Amino acid sequence: MRNFGLERALSGDIEPPVIRLDDVSKDYADDRHAIKKMNLVVNKGEFVFVVGSSGSGKSTLIKLLLREIAPTSGKIYVMGKDISRLRQKAIAKHRRNIGIVFQDFRLLPEMTVYENVAFAQRVIETPIKKIKRDVPNILSIMGLSERLDAYPSELSGGEQQRVALARALVNNPMLLLADEPTGNLDPKNSWDIMRLLEDVNRRGTTVIVVTHNKEIVDMMQKRVVHLNKGVLTNDYEKGGYTNAKN
Amino acid sequence: MQKISTFVYGIGQGLKNIFRNRMFSLASIATMAACLFLFGVCYSVIANFRSMISKAEQRVGITVFFDEGITDEGISAIGEKIRMRAEISEIIFTSADQAWEEYKKEKLSPELIETFGDDNPLENSASYTVYLNDISMQDSLVRYIMDIEGVRKVNHKKDVSENLTGLNKVLTVLAVAIIIILLGVTIFLISITISTGVSIRKQEIAIMKLIGATNFFIRIPYIVEGMIIGIIGAVIPLLILNFSYGVIISTLQENFQLLLSGTEFVEGKDIMKVLIPVSLAIGIGIGFIGSNVTLGRQLKKIEVG
Repeated sequence: MRNFGLERALSGDIEPPVIRLDDVSKDYADDRHAIKKMNLVVNKGEFVFVVGSSGSGKSTLIKLLLREIAPTSGKIYVMGKDISRLRQKAIAKHRRNIGIVFQDFRLLPEMTVYENVAFAQRVIETPIKKIKRDVPNILSIMGLSERLDAYPSELSGGEQQRVALARALVNNPMLLLADEPTGNLDPKNSWDIMRLLEDVNRRGTTVIVVTHNKEIVDMMQKRVVHLNKGVLTNDYEKGGYTNAKN
Repeated sequence: MQKISTFVYGIGQGLKNIFRNRMFSLASIATMAACLFLFGVCYSVIANFRSMISKAEQRVGITVFFDEGITDEGISAIGEKIRMRAEISEIIFTSADQAWEEYKKEKLSPELIETFGDDNPLENSASYTVYLNDISMQDSLVRYIMDIEGVRKVNHKKDVSENLTGLNKVLTVLAVAIIIILLGVTIFLISITISTGVSIRKQEIAIMKLIGATNFFIRIPYIVEGMIIGIIGAVIPLLILNFSYGVIISTLQENFQLLLSGTEFVEGKDIMKVLIPVSLAIGIGIGFIGSNVTLGRQLKKIEVG
């Protein structure tokens, strides 16, 4: 199996990988092997789909990259830094380089659209002046300039996901992780979100999308990494959900 | 600059937490207030008992008699040796003539006095009366004085010293035990309040962790919440005690005039001088410790992914 990321990284004409997994395994206490000896390289500016059935290890991969859990063995490098063993304070710093969106949006219901996005800057102690500049800016890119004072309950699913995306991007992360970002959306809103992700990627952010959405993966023809029972089984440079062109 | 805005944010969020979680906050404040009120009452009672004991101690003296035929220099030397001891508060010399005059005044009728003429039957009764700062030191002082050359006899009231010292110890142990139990209850309640607050804001905390908030940033509102509960819980009983102490003392003095005649109570301002800093320190400290310990456990349980 070819590892496209690694091939490009070794070609020497691009920057060090944004993500590099070296023989990473994660075993849970009940002897379940969530990830087995995984090797993966994702370079700066790549757009990667991670696909696989339930229990294939996709969620574990996200948790490892967020450093919510530590690998049982192997090394994980994010932006050149080994995150396999980190202290609590370093974990917080590490997460500031990563934006994340989830299927269930995870917006704070008692905060407005503006406040939800500003919250992401507030918690990392961004100066107020910068918050006042950045938040309207990112919400404008997401097409939400008219909805600043709305509460999540007043928004459609697509709008909520755009707010979540704005929150994930407001701190200019190098890496964006999207865990089933279209899972709760209708086809039109799903495509809107994917176009926004593609646009974010075009602006230089590395994007990793974990998804079950076969149609989107097939249509977008991006790099596709297949996981099955914790093993990376296929890595296609430009592929679909099931068949790939490599 | 940023740290200041973070701190201001923490105070704002801490206050919000108290309102969001108002029933538990009120329960914690009420318990803290009750504990510190009882602490204040215990302290006021103990302070007054101690003051009374101390005054009683000062009235319990040791009488030192000298060998027959001792010179005035010998008596002075004994006095100097006794004065060297730190536990002495006062030493009074009574000559044989003074002792006889006092005896005559208190015990004898004028007719009987006539029969003695110029004789002094108490000519060997010159003495020092020694008063102590701390009556628990009486035994060791008596042993010390007995060993001084020229001392014939030392009179002291062993029972009084033992009773006063014992009462003092019992009161202190009782007060410490009550306070420890009450503070334990308060820590438990603050812990429940903070746990409830954390569980209500679980989603928010998960998002904060996800975005890269440090533990310090996440903890500030809860620590502030605990400390505000502590401050309010301390201020309420202080106000009540400050107002009620004077009223209670004057009521006692008015209604139990005979029983309490000669009893001097500690002044309210002297009680508050100790109670204000101690109650605030306990309130803030318990709030801080209670919230911090609980947070350590609760935050670990929140998953971000």
